[in-house]
Amino acid sequence: MTILQREFSRRDWLKLAGAGATASTLAACATGPDVPSKPLGRVIVIGAGFGGATAAKYLRMWSGGMVEVFLIDMNRNFVSCPISNLVLGGSRKMEDITVGYAGLREYGVQVINDEVTKVNFEKKTIELKKIQDLNWDRLIIAPGVDFMFDQVKGLDAKAQESIFHAWKAGPQTMSLRKQLEDMKDGGVYALTIPKAPYRCPPGPYERACQVAHYFKTKKPKSKVLILDGNEDVQSKKGLFMAQWNGQYKGTIEYRNNHNVTEVDAANRTAITEVGDKIKADVLNIVPPQRAGNIALAAGVINANNRWCQVNWLTMESTARPGVHVLGDATLSAPAMPKSGHMANQHAKVAAAAIIELMQGREPSKTPMMANTCYSFVDDKNVVHVASVHAYDPTDKTMKIVPGSGGLSAAATELEGAYANAWAKNIWADMLL
Amino acid sequence: MHLKRQLLLTHLALALAAFAALPTHAQDRNLGRNLAAQCANCHGTNGVSQSSIPSLAGRDTASFTAAMNDFKSGKRTGPAATIMHQLAKGYSDEQIAAMASFFATQKAK
Repeated sequence: MTILQREFSRRDWLKLAGAGATASTLAACATGPDVPSKPLGRVIVIGAGFGGATAAKYLRMWSGGMVEVFLIDMNRNFVSCPISNLVLGGSRKMEDITVGYAGLREYGVQVINDEVTKVNFEKKTIELKKIQDLNWDRLIIAPGVDFMFDQVKGLDAKAQESIFHAWKAGPQTMSLRKQLEDMKDGGVYALTIPKAPYRCPPGPYERACQVAHYFKTKKPKSKVLILDGNEDVQSKKGLFMAQWNGQYKGTIEYRNNHNVTEVDAANRTAITEVGDKIKADVLNIVPPQRAGNIALAAGVINANNRWCQVNWLTMESTARPGVHVLGDATLSAPAMPKSGHMANQHAKVAAAAIIELMQGREPSKTPMMANTCYSFVDDKNVVHVASVHAYDPTDKTMKIVPGSGGLSAAATELEGAYANAWAKNIWADMLL
Repeated sequence: MHLKRQLLLTHLALALAAFAALPTHAQDRNLGRNLAAQCANCHGTNGVSQSSIPSLAGRDTASFTAAMNDFKSGKRTGPAATIMHQLAKGYSDEQIAAMASFFATQKAK
Protein backbone atom coordinates (compact mmCIF):
# COMPACT_ATOMS: atom_id res chain seq x y z
CA MET A 1 0.00 0.00 0.00
CA THR A 2 1.43 3.36 -0.94
CA ILE A 3 1.45 6.31 1.38
CA LEU A 4 -1.10 7.98 -0.85
CA GLN A 5 -3.59 5.14 -0.43
CA ARG A 6 -2.99 4.78 3.26
CA GLU A 7 -3.46 8.43 4.13
CA PHE A 8 -6.33 9.18 1.82
CA SER A 9 -9.71 8.48 3.34
CA ARG A 10 -13.13 8.31 1.72
CA ARG A 11 -13.91 11.60 3.47
CA ASP A 12 -11.01 13.25 1.62
CA TRP A 13 -12.42 12.19 -1.72
CA LEU A 14 -15.82 13.53 -0.77
CA LYS A 15 -14.29 16.83 0.29
CA LEU A 16 -12.36 17.10 -2.97
CA ALA A 17 -15.34 16.02 -5.04
CA GLY A 18 -17.18 18.91 -3.42
CA ALA A 19 -14.36 21.28 -4.27
CA GLY A 20 -14.42 20.00 -7.87
CA ALA A 21 -18.13 20.65 -8.16
CA THR A 22 -17.64 24.20 -6.95
CA ALA A 23 -14.81 24.57 -9.42
CA SER A 24 -16.85 23.54 -12.44
CA THR A 25 -19.71 25.79 -11.39
CA LEU A 26 -17.36 28.72 -11.05
CA ALA A 27 -15.56 27.89 -14.30
CA ALA A 28 -18.76 28.82 -16.11
CA CYS A 29 -18.50 32.29 -14.61
CA ALA A 30 -15.62 34.35 -15.99
CA THR A 31 -15.03 36.13 -12.69
CA GLY A 32 -14.73 33.08 -10.43
CA PRO A 33 -11.38 31.62 -9.35
CA ASP A 34 -9.75 29.22 -11.74
CA VAL A 35 -9.32 25.59 -10.69
CA PRO A 36 -7.20 23.10 -12.66
CA SER A 37 -8.98 20.12 -14.21
CA LYS A 38 -6.15 17.58 -14.36
CA PRO A 39 -3.40 16.35 -12.00
CA LEU A 40 -0.43 18.73 -11.94
CA GLY A 41 2.23 16.83 -10.02
CA ARG A 42 3.70 16.64 -6.57
CA VAL A 43 4.84 19.32 -4.14
CA ILE A 44 6.77 18.36 -1.03
CA VAL A 45 6.65 20.83 1.85
CA ILE A 46 9.41 20.60 4.45
CA GLY A 47 8.36 22.13 7.77
CA ALA A 48 4.79 22.31 9.10
CA GLY A 49 4.77 25.66 10.86
CA PHE A 50 2.85 28.83 9.96
CA GLY A 51 4.33 28.87 6.43
CA GLY A 52 4.54 25.19 5.50
CA ALA A 53 1.19 24.04 6.87
CA THR A 54 -0.61 26.97 5.23
CA ALA A 55 1.07 26.25 1.89
CA ALA A 56 0.08 22.57 2.08
CA LYS A 57 -3.57 23.35 2.79
CA TYR A 58 -3.91 26.11 0.19
CA LEU A 59 -2.17 24.06 -2.53
CA ARG A 60 -4.79 21.34 -2.04
CA MET A 61 -7.72 23.73 -1.67
CA TRP A 62 -6.89 26.03 -4.59
CA SER A 63 -5.91 23.23 -6.97
CA GLY A 64 -9.13 21.34 -6.24
CA GLY A 65 -6.96 18.41 -5.19
CA MET A 66 -4.96 18.41 -8.43
CA VAL A 67 -1.62 18.98 -6.70
CA GLU A 68 -0.36 16.06 -4.63
CA VAL A 69 1.05 17.43 -1.37
CA PHE A 70 3.39 15.85 1.18
CA LEU A 71 4.03 17.80 4.38
CA ILE A 72 6.98 16.68 6.47
CA ASP A 73 7.82 17.72 10.00
CA MET A 74 9.87 16.32 12.86
CA ASN A 75 7.16 17.23 15.38
CA ARG A 76 3.92 15.32 15.78
CA ASN A 77 1.93 18.44 16.68
CA PHE A 78 2.07 22.12 15.88
CA VAL A 79 3.07 24.23 18.89
CA SER A 80 2.53 27.95 18.36
CA CYS A 81 5.23 30.50 19.15
CA PRO A 82 2.63 33.30 19.20
CA ILE A 83 0.81 33.05 22.59
CA SER A 84 3.67 30.88 24.00
CA ASN A 85 4.91 33.84 26.06
CA LEU A 86 1.62 33.56 27.97
CA VAL A 87 2.63 30.05 29.05
CA LEU A 88 5.73 31.66 30.61
CA GLY A 89 3.48 34.27 32.22
CA GLY A 90 1.27 31.50 33.62
CA SER A 91 -2.07 32.44 32.02
CA ARG A 92 -1.93 29.67 29.35
CA LYS A 93 -0.99 26.00 29.30
CA MET A 94 0.92 24.12 26.60
CA GLU A 95 -2.27 22.40 25.44
CA ASP A 96 -3.75 25.85 24.68
CA ILE A 97 -1.04 26.48 22.06
CA THR A 98 -0.87 22.95 20.61
CA VAL A 99 -2.84 21.80 17.54
CA GLY A 100 -2.60 18.44 15.72
CA TYR A 101 -2.18 17.88 11.98
CA ALA A 102 -5.26 15.65 11.53
CA GLY A 103 -7.26 18.51 9.98
CA LEU A 104 -4.81 18.75 7.07
CA ARG A 105 -5.34 15.09 6.20
CA GLU A 106 -8.95 15.96 5.45
CA TYR A 107 -7.70 18.17 2.63
CA GLY A 108 -5.69 15.22 1.31
CA VAL A 109 -2.35 16.52 2.60
CA GLN A 110 -0.02 13.56 3.27
CA VAL A 111 1.37 14.53 6.68
CA ILE A 112 4.57 12.64 7.49
CA ASN A 113 6.35 12.68 10.84
CA ASP A 114 9.99 12.40 9.77
CA GLU A 115 13.18 14.37 9.27
CA VAL A 116 14.54 15.32 5.85
CA THR A 117 18.30 14.73 5.73
CA LYS A 118 19.14 15.58 2.12
CA VAL A 119 17.74 17.21 -0.99
CA ASN A 120 18.81 15.81 -4.38
CA PHE A 121 18.34 18.28 -7.21
CA GLU A 122 19.33 16.09 -10.18
CA LYS A 123 16.90 13.32 -9.25
CA LYS A 124 14.44 15.77 -7.63
CA THR A 125 14.14 13.68 -4.49
CA ILE A 126 14.50 14.09 -0.75
CA GLU A 127 16.06 11.62 1.65
CA LEU A 128 14.42 11.02 5.02
CA LYS A 129 15.44 9.35 8.29
CA LYS A 130 12.58 6.86 8.59
CA ILE A 131 10.98 6.30 5.19
CA GLN A 132 12.14 5.80 1.60
CA ASP A 133 13.14 8.68 -0.68
CA LEU A 134 10.33 10.79 -2.09
CA ASN A 135 10.35 12.58 -5.43
CA TRP A 136 9.02 16.09 -6.04
CA ASP A 137 8.12 18.33 -8.94
CA ARG A 138 8.41 21.41 -6.76
CA LEU A 139 9.79 21.72 -3.26
CA ILE A 140 8.82 24.14 -0.49
CA ILE A 141 11.28 24.67 2.33
CA ALA A 142 9.69 26.33 5.36
CA PRO A 143 12.27 25.53 8.03
CA GLY A 144 11.88 28.45 10.44
CA VAL A 145 15.10 29.38 12.19
CA ASP A 146 17.93 27.50 13.81
CA PHE A 147 20.29 29.01 16.35
CA MET A 148 23.88 30.16 15.87
CA PHE A 149 25.04 28.83 19.24
CA ASP A 150 28.67 29.43 18.25
CA GLN A 151 27.98 33.18 18.46
CA VAL A 152 27.60 32.86 22.25
CA LYS A 153 30.85 31.51 23.68
CA GLY A 154 30.27 28.88 26.34
CA LEU A 155 26.75 28.05 25.19
CA ASP A 156 27.74 24.47 24.36
CA ALA A 157 25.60 21.34 24.56
CA LYS A 158 26.18 21.06 28.31
CA ALA A 159 25.28 24.72 28.95
CA GLN A 160 22.16 24.31 26.84
CA GLU A 161 20.87 21.81 29.40
CA SER A 162 20.31 24.64 31.89
CA ILE A 163 20.28 27.86 29.82
CA PHE A 164 17.20 27.99 27.58
CA HIS A 165 16.18 30.18 24.64
CA ALA A 166 12.52 29.05 24.51
CA TRP A 167 12.48 30.84 21.13
CA LYS A 168 10.83 27.81 19.57
CA ALA A 169 7.67 26.89 21.42
CA GLY A 170 7.84 23.37 22.83
CA PRO A 171 9.84 21.59 25.54
CA GLN A 172 12.00 24.67 26.18
CA THR A 173 8.86 26.73 26.92
CA MET A 174 8.03 24.29 29.71
CA SER A 175 11.63 24.16 30.98
CA LEU A 176 11.88 27.95 31.21
CA ARG A 177 8.48 28.16 32.94
CA LYS A 178 9.71 25.63 35.51
CA GLN A 179 12.84 27.70 36.17
CA LEU A 180 10.64 30.76 36.76
CA GLU A 181 8.38 28.78 39.10
CA ASP A 182 11.38 27.43 41.04
CA MET A 183 13.04 30.85 41.37
CA LYS A 184 12.91 32.44 44.82
CA ASP A 185 11.04 35.70 45.31
CA GLY A 186 13.56 38.52 45.03
CA GLY A 187 15.42 36.83 42.19
CA VAL A 188 16.44 38.26 38.81
CA TYR A 189 15.29 36.96 35.43
CA ALA A 190 17.53 38.19 32.58
CA LEU A 191 16.51 37.97 28.94
CA THR A 192 19.04 38.58 26.18
CA ILE A 193 18.04 39.77 22.71
CA PRO A 194 20.30 39.22 19.69
CA LYS A 195 21.00 41.90 17.11
CA ALA A 196 18.21 42.20 14.53
CA PRO A 197 17.09 40.49 12.37
CA TYR A 198 15.68 37.74 14.56
CA ARG A 199 12.36 35.85 14.73
CA CYS A 200 9.45 37.99 16.01
CA PRO A 201 10.76 41.52 16.63
CA PRO A 202 8.33 42.41 19.50
CA GLY A 203 8.52 38.90 21.03
CA PRO A 204 11.25 39.58 23.61
CA TYR A 205 9.53 42.71 24.91
CA GLU A 206 6.23 40.84 25.21
CA ARG A 207 8.07 38.08 27.08
CA ALA A 208 9.54 40.60 29.53
CA CYS A 209 6.01 41.88 30.20
CA GLN A 210 4.66 38.34 30.70
CA VAL A 211 7.38 37.39 33.19
CA ALA A 212 6.93 40.73 34.97
CA HIS A 213 3.19 40.09 35.18
CA TYR A 214 3.91 36.72 36.80
CA PHE A 215 6.38 38.28 39.24
CA LYS A 216 4.02 41.11 40.17
CA THR A 217 1.23 38.69 41.03
CA LYS A 218 3.31 35.84 42.58
CA LYS A 219 6.86 37.05 43.36
CA PRO A 220 6.64 40.83 43.82
CA LYS A 221 10.24 41.35 44.99
CA SER A 222 11.66 39.83 41.77
CA LYS A 223 13.08 41.71 38.79
CA VAL A 224 13.14 41.39 34.98
CA LEU A 225 16.27 42.56 33.22
CA ILE A 226 16.26 43.02 29.44
CA LEU A 227 19.71 42.90 27.85
CA ASP A 228 19.11 44.13 24.31
CA GLY A 229 21.90 43.64 21.75
CA ASN A 230 20.32 46.44 19.74
CA GLU A 231 20.56 50.17 20.13
CA ASP A 232 16.86 50.50 20.83
CA VAL A 233 13.58 48.64 21.29
CA GLN A 234 12.90 46.94 17.94
CA SER A 235 9.10 47.08 17.82
CA LYS A 236 6.16 48.88 19.46
CA LYS A 237 8.65 50.95 21.47
CA GLY A 238 6.29 53.58 22.87
CA LEU A 239 3.66 51.01 23.76
CA PHE A 240 6.10 48.76 25.64
CA MET A 241 7.85 51.68 27.34
CA ALA A 242 4.45 52.85 28.62
CA GLN A 243 4.12 49.46 30.38
CA TRP A 244 7.66 49.47 31.74
CA ASN A 245 7.21 52.99 33.11
CA GLY A 246 3.66 52.19 34.19
CA GLN A 247 2.45 48.91 35.67
CA TYR A 248 5.96 47.37 35.63
CA LYS A 249 7.88 50.34 37.02
CA GLY A 250 10.52 48.96 39.37
CA THR A 251 10.04 45.43 38.01
CA ILE A 252 11.40 45.71 34.44
CA GLU A 253 14.77 47.26 33.69
CA TYR A 254 15.76 47.81 30.04
CA ARG A 255 19.40 48.05 28.96
CA ASN A 256 20.19 48.78 25.30
CA ASN A 257 23.50 47.98 23.53
CA HIS A 258 24.05 44.92 25.70
CA ASN A 259 25.12 42.38 23.12
CA VAL A 260 25.71 39.11 25.00
CA THR A 261 28.44 37.11 23.29
CA GLU A 262 29.49 34.79 26.11
CA VAL A 263 27.92 32.85 28.94
CA ASP A 264 29.24 31.35 32.17
CA ALA A 265 26.56 28.73 32.59
CA ALA A 266 27.76 27.41 35.97
CA ASN A 267 27.39 30.89 37.47
CA ARG A 268 24.36 31.85 35.35
CA THR A 269 26.28 34.90 34.15
CA ALA A 270 25.86 36.62 30.80
CA ILE A 271 28.90 38.44 29.42
CA THR A 272 28.57 41.23 26.85
CA GLU A 273 30.96 41.95 23.98
CA VAL A 274 32.54 44.75 26.04
CA GLY A 275 33.02 42.47 29.04
CA ASP A 276 30.10 43.48 31.28
CA LYS A 277 29.05 40.57 33.49
CA ILE A 278 25.43 40.19 34.53
CA LYS A 279 24.44 37.46 36.98
CA ALA A 280 20.86 36.22 37.04
CA ASP A 281 18.81 33.59 38.86
CA VAL A 282 17.11 32.62 35.61
CA LEU A 283 19.12 33.34 32.48
CA ASN A 284 17.17 33.22 29.19
CA ILE A 285 19.55 33.58 26.26
CA VAL A 286 18.08 34.02 22.79
CA PRO A 287 21.03 33.44 20.43
CA PRO A 288 21.36 34.92 16.92
CA GLN A 289 19.46 32.97 14.29
CA ARG A 290 19.63 31.91 10.65
CA ALA A 291 17.44 29.95 8.25
CA GLY A 292 16.80 26.41 9.53
CA ASN A 293 19.28 23.58 9.03
CA ILE A 294 17.56 21.97 6.04
CA ALA A 295 17.87 25.29 4.14
CA LEU A 296 21.60 25.12 4.75
CA ALA A 297 21.76 21.48 3.60
CA ALA A 298 19.71 22.29 0.49
CA GLY A 299 22.00 25.17 -0.46
CA VAL A 300 19.30 27.85 -0.50
CA ILE A 301 21.01 30.13 2.05
CA ASN A 302 22.51 32.89 -0.10
CA ALA A 303 22.40 36.07 2.01
CA ASN A 304 25.06 36.74 4.69
CA ASN A 305 25.36 32.98 5.27
CA ARG A 306 22.09 33.30 7.19
CA TRP A 307 18.98 33.87 5.06
CA CYS A 308 17.39 32.76 1.79
CA GLN A 309 16.75 35.23 -1.01
CA VAL A 310 13.50 34.72 -2.90
CA ASN A 311 11.63 36.02 -5.92
CA TRP A 312 8.69 37.70 -4.17
CA LEU A 313 6.32 36.93 -7.05
CA THR A 314 6.63 33.20 -6.41
CA MET A 315 8.69 32.80 -3.21
CA GLU A 316 11.08 30.77 -5.38
CA SER A 317 14.68 30.60 -4.19
CA THR A 318 17.13 32.69 -6.22
CA ALA A 319 19.70 29.94 -5.60
CA ARG A 320 17.69 26.87 -6.70
CA PRO A 321 14.96 26.88 -9.35
CA GLY A 322 11.91 24.81 -8.41
CA VAL A 323 12.52 25.34 -4.69
CA HIS A 324 10.39 27.84 -2.77
CA VAL A 325 11.31 29.22 0.66
CA LEU A 326 8.81 30.63 3.17
CA GLY A 327 8.72 32.46 6.46
CA ASP A 328 11.45 33.45 8.89
CA ALA A 329 14.09 31.74 6.73
CA THR A 330 13.77 34.34 3.95
CA LEU A 331 15.89 37.44 3.65
CA SER A 332 13.10 39.78 4.73
CA ALA A 333 11.80 42.47 2.40
CA PRO A 334 12.19 46.03 3.77
CA ALA A 335 10.14 46.54 6.97
CA MET A 336 8.71 43.02 6.71
CA PRO A 337 8.89 41.30 10.11
CA LYS A 338 9.81 37.67 10.66
CA SER A 339 6.42 36.61 12.00
CA GLY A 340 4.10 33.62 11.80
CA HIS A 341 1.44 35.84 10.27
CA MET A 342 3.86 36.88 7.50
CA ALA A 343 4.85 33.24 6.88
CA ASN A 344 1.17 32.41 6.37
CA GLN A 345 0.98 35.20 3.77
CA HIS A 346 4.17 34.02 2.04
CA ALA A 347 2.58 30.58 1.82
CA LYS A 348 -0.52 31.83 0.00
CA VAL A 349 1.53 33.76 -2.58
CA ALA A 350 3.65 30.62 -3.10
CA ALA A 351 0.62 28.30 -3.38
CA ALA A 352 -1.08 30.55 -5.95
CA ALA A 353 2.15 30.91 -7.97
CA ILE A 354 3.00 27.19 -7.88
CA ILE A 355 -0.44 26.19 -9.20
CA GLU A 356 0.04 28.64 -12.10
CA LEU A 357 3.60 27.51 -12.79
CA MET A 358 2.59 23.84 -12.78
CA GLN A 359 0.08 24.66 -15.51
CA GLY A 360 2.73 26.47 -17.54
CA ARG A 361 1.16 29.85 -16.84
CA GLU A 362 2.53 33.07 -15.48
CA PRO A 363 1.94 33.80 -11.78
CA SER A 364 0.27 37.01 -10.63
CA LYS A 365 2.47 40.08 -10.98
CA THR A 366 0.69 41.95 -8.18
CA PRO A 367 1.03 39.91 -4.96
CA MET A 368 0.01 41.57 -1.71
CA MET A 369 0.71 40.59 1.90
CA ALA A 370 -0.59 41.95 5.17
CA ASN A 371 0.81 41.68 8.68
CA THR A 372 -1.00 41.82 11.99
CA CYS A 373 0.97 41.31 15.15
CA TYR A 374 -0.52 41.36 18.64
CA SER A 375 1.50 41.48 21.88
CA PHE A 376 0.07 40.75 25.34
CA VAL A 377 1.39 43.23 27.91
CA ASP A 378 -0.25 41.24 30.74
CA ASP A 379 -2.84 38.45 30.85
CA LYS A 380 -5.59 40.56 29.23
CA ASN A 381 -4.34 43.75 27.57
CA VAL A 382 -2.89 43.80 24.09
CA VAL A 383 -1.16 46.14 21.63
CA HIS A 384 -0.73 45.65 17.88
CA VAL A 385 1.35 46.66 14.89
CA ALA A 386 -0.01 46.20 11.37
CA SER A 387 1.17 46.78 7.79
CA VAL A 388 0.19 46.06 4.19
CA HIS A 389 2.89 45.13 1.67
CA ALA A 390 2.65 45.27 -2.14
CA TYR A 391 5.06 44.06 -4.82
CA ASP A 392 7.19 46.83 -6.32
CA PRO A 393 8.12 45.83 -9.90
CA THR A 394 10.98 48.33 -10.10
CA ASP A 395 12.85 47.14 -7.03
CA LYS A 396 11.47 43.59 -7.28
CA THR A 397 10.59 43.41 -3.60
CA MET A 398 7.61 43.82 -1.28
CA LYS A 399 7.15 47.34 0.12
CA ILE A 400 4.75 48.83 2.63
CA VAL A 401 1.82 50.55 0.89
CA PRO A 402 2.24 54.24 1.81
CA GLY A 403 -0.30 55.33 4.42
CA SER A 404 -1.19 51.78 5.46
CA GLY A 405 -0.56 50.16 8.80
CA GLY A 406 0.15 51.51 12.25
CA LEU A 407 0.09 50.83 15.97
CA SER A 408 -2.47 50.67 18.76
CA ALA A 409 -3.09 53.93 20.58
CA ALA A 410 -2.72 52.06 23.89
CA ALA A 411 -3.07 48.57 25.36
CA THR A 412 -6.72 47.46 25.68
CA GLU A 413 -8.75 44.42 26.73
CA LEU A 414 -10.72 44.71 23.48
CA GLU A 415 -7.55 44.04 21.51
CA GLY A 416 -6.84 41.22 23.97
CA ALA A 417 -10.09 39.58 22.88
CA TYR A 418 -9.15 40.10 19.23
CA ALA A 419 -5.68 38.67 19.80
CA ASN A 420 -7.18 35.46 21.19
CA ALA A 421 -9.62 35.34 18.27
CA TRP A 422 -6.75 35.95 15.83
CA ALA A 423 -4.84 32.98 17.26
CA LYS A 424 -7.85 30.71 16.93
CA ASN A 425 -8.48 31.75 13.33
CA ILE A 426 -4.88 31.66 12.09
CA TRP A 427 -4.34 28.19 13.59
CA ALA A 428 -7.54 27.11 11.84
CA ASP A 429 -6.47 28.82 8.58
CA MET A 430 -3.30 26.72 8.50
CA LEU A 431 -4.44 23.46 10.09
CA LEU A 432 -8.22 22.98 9.95
CA MET B 1 -38.03 46.11 -31.38
CA HIS B 2 -35.38 48.13 -33.14
CA LEU B 3 -34.84 50.30 -30.09
CA LYS B 4 -34.58 47.27 -27.81
CA ARG B 5 -32.02 45.71 -30.07
CA GLN B 6 -30.02 48.92 -30.22
CA LEU B 7 -30.09 49.19 -26.44
CA LEU B 8 -28.90 45.64 -26.14
CA LEU B 9 -26.02 46.31 -28.51
CA THR B 10 -25.12 49.49 -26.64
CA HIS B 11 -25.08 47.55 -23.38
CA LEU B 12 -22.97 44.87 -24.95
CA ALA B 13 -20.52 47.45 -26.29
CA LEU B 14 -20.33 49.14 -22.88
CA ALA B 15 -19.78 45.83 -21.17
CA LEU B 16 -17.00 44.94 -23.60
CA ALA B 17 -15.41 48.36 -23.16
CA ALA B 18 -15.47 47.96 -19.38
CA PHE B 19 -13.94 44.51 -19.75
CA ALA B 20 -11.18 45.84 -22.01
CA ALA B 21 -10.45 48.72 -19.63
CA LEU B 22 -9.44 46.26 -16.93
CA PRO B 23 -7.11 43.91 -18.77
CA THR B 24 -5.14 42.82 -15.69
CA HIS B 25 -8.20 42.00 -13.63
CA ALA B 26 -10.02 40.35 -16.50
CA GLN B 27 -7.04 38.07 -17.09
CA ASP B 28 -6.26 37.34 -13.46
CA ARG B 29 -9.30 35.37 -12.46
CA ASN B 30 -7.70 34.51 -9.13
CA LEU B 31 -7.14 38.12 -8.09
CA GLY B 32 -10.13 38.30 -5.73
CA ARG B 33 -9.32 34.91 -4.24
CA ASN B 34 -5.65 35.81 -3.73
CA LEU B 35 -6.38 39.22 -2.22
CA ALA B 36 -9.10 37.82 0.04
CA ALA B 37 -6.65 35.19 1.34
CA GLN B 38 -4.87 38.01 3.16
CA CYS B 39 -7.97 38.45 5.32
CA ALA B 40 -8.19 34.75 6.24
CA ASN B 41 -5.55 34.90 8.99
CA CYS B 42 -7.97 36.87 11.16
CA HIS B 43 -11.37 36.38 9.45
CA GLY B 44 -11.03 32.65 8.71
CA THR B 45 -10.36 30.58 5.57
CA ASN B 46 -12.57 31.90 2.74
CA GLY B 47 -13.95 34.39 5.26
CA VAL B 48 -15.53 31.77 7.54
CA SER B 49 -14.48 32.81 11.05
CA GLN B 50 -14.05 30.30 13.89
CA SER B 51 -13.96 33.01 16.55
CA SER B 52 -15.41 36.34 17.66
CA ILE B 53 -13.85 38.13 14.68
CA PRO B 54 -16.69 38.64 12.15
CA SER B 55 -17.06 36.29 9.16
CA LEU B 56 -16.84 37.83 5.69
CA ALA B 57 -18.19 34.85 3.74
CA GLY B 58 -21.53 35.51 2.12
CA ARG B 59 -21.48 39.22 2.88
CA ASP B 60 -22.95 41.22 0.00
CA THR B 61 -20.55 43.37 -1.98
CA ALA B 62 -22.18 46.67 -1.01
CA SER B 63 -21.85 46.05 2.72
CA PHE B 64 -18.24 44.83 2.44
CA THR B 65 -17.25 47.78 0.24
CA ALA B 66 -18.99 50.31 2.50
CA ALA B 67 -17.23 48.92 5.58
CA MET B 68 -13.82 49.03 3.91
CA ASN B 69 -14.42 52.57 2.64
CA ASP B 70 -15.53 53.73 6.10
CA PHE B 71 -12.34 52.28 7.59
CA LYS B 72 -10.28 53.85 4.82
CA SER B 73 -11.82 57.32 5.11
CA GLY B 74 -11.61 57.34 8.90
CA LYS B 75 -15.38 57.50 9.25
CA ARG B 76 -15.23 54.32 11.32
CA THR B 77 -12.92 54.90 14.29
CA GLY B 78 -12.59 54.23 18.01
CA PRO B 79 -13.54 50.80 19.34
CA ALA B 80 -15.30 50.09 16.01
CA ALA B 81 -11.92 50.14 14.27
CA THR B 82 -9.05 48.77 16.34
CA ILE B 83 -6.90 47.74 13.37
CA MET B 84 -8.98 47.73 10.17
CA HIS B 85 -8.69 51.50 9.67
CA GLN B 86 -4.94 50.92 9.27
CA LEU B 87 -5.17 47.81 7.08
CA ALA B 88 -7.94 49.12 4.77
CA LYS B 89 -5.66 51.98 3.70
CA GLY B 90 -3.42 49.43 2.00
CA TYR B 91 -5.94 48.60 -0.75
CA SER B 92 -7.23 50.39 -3.86
CA ASP B 93 -10.92 50.62 -4.77
CA GLU B 94 -10.36 47.95 -7.46
CA GLN B 95 -8.72 45.60 -4.97
CA ILE B 96 -11.54 46.11 -2.48
CA ALA B 97 -14.06 45.38 -5.26
CA ALA B 98 -12.24 42.14 -6.14
CA MET B 99 -12.23 41.03 -2.49
CA ALA B 100 -15.90 41.97 -2.13
CA SER B 101 -16.87 39.84 -5.14
CA PHE B 102 -14.96 36.87 -3.79
CA PHE B 103 -16.48 36.99 -0.30
CA ALA B 104 -19.99 37.49 -1.69
CA THR B 105 -19.73 34.12 -3.50
CA GLN B 106 -18.48 32.23 -0.43
CA LYS B 107 -20.87 30.14 1.57
CA ALA B 108 -21.40 31.40 5.12
CA LYS B 109 -21.34 28.49 7.57
